[in-house]
Amino acid sequence: MTPARLPAAALALLLVAGPALAVGRPSEMLRDPGQEARAQAIGRELRCMVCQNQSIEDSEAELARDLRRLVRERVASGESDAAVRDHVHDRYGDFVLLRPPLNLVTAPLWAVPVLVLGGAGAALFLARRRARPEPAPLTEAERARLAALEREP
Amino acid sequence: MATASRRALMLAPLGLAAAGGVGFLAMLRGMRDGSYDPRGVPSALIGRPAPRLALPAVEGAGIDGFGPEALAGSGAPVLLNFWASWCVPCVIEHPQLVALQRRGVRLLGVNYKDRPAEAARFLQRHGNPFAAMVADAEGRGGIEYGLYGVPETYLLDRTGTVRWRWAGPMTPDTLSAELDPLLRRYA
Repeated sequence: MTPARLPAAALALLLVAGPALAVGRPSEMLRDPGQEARAQAIGRELRCMVCQNQSIEDSEAELARDLRRLVRERVASGESDAAVRDHVHDRYGDFVLLRPPLNLVTAPLWAVPVLVLGGAGAALFLARRRARPEPAPLTEAERARLAALEREP
Repeated sequence: MATASRRALMLAPLGLAAAGGVGFLAMLRGMRDGSYDPRGVPSALIGRPAPRLALPAVEGAGIDGFGPEALAGSGAPVLLNFWASWCVPCVIEHPQLVALQRRGVRLLGVNYKDRPAEAARFLQRHGNPFAAMVADAEGRGGIEYGLYGVPETYLLDRTGTVRWRWAGPMTPDTLSAELDPLLRRYA
């Protein structure tokens, strides 16, 4: 490699490296890169229940490591992504899913943006309609004045 | 627009903020007296049959193990307690477990990611409240129950259905306010 290309190569390396994952230890990763990618995708959707705002792929917590291992074992045994996710969801409840499912309990959560937008739209519509009241009918004096103005050449 | 309704509209945001403030205050109060836990998420297992654990007994502890059928309903309520000798809150909780065992409550222990010798030493020093105990060396039993950490306690009714989960150490207040009424109900 020529010296001129070095910075470019370094930049490319940085871009390829991407965000650091807790599951950097090769011993934790599956040998099959396709399966490993699937396991990482599943893991990124699962909350680490101990740290709460990290996925199990990003967390160093012991429970997260146990769950990473569980996900990898199930992926390696040929289970579908949905089956692996359901296995964890069954035991840890909706909270473990970083993207909450739509059900009766979470419906208000999903409804908030709709309610806010709809409410704001309705408020705007009403305010605009009320801002322009019907013009009052002309009084007797105004009518007379108008007639006088119209008669002028 | 009538002035009265316009004034009401101007007060609406203030009213909303006031309602939010009252709600937040209630949350803070609840956190102080323990009735509201912002991290507490209800267990997904409540109302479902308890997962069966097939784990070995703790080696050298001199306490019987238990098989999967022990969690299938034994005609009386059972407390399943996940604990470890390395867990500091477990030391705080232990007197409550011993008191429950003295009152005749059937306690099953799951020794979570522990060294058998240290688990045995812990129980020798603090007393053994468990009718039977298994070792969950890998933490897989914990995952079956949706465990966050130790200590954690599950109440199984006489049919083996999970009725209650307590994450963290049970204090004397936990027993009187939460567990005792449930034990009476499911007795």
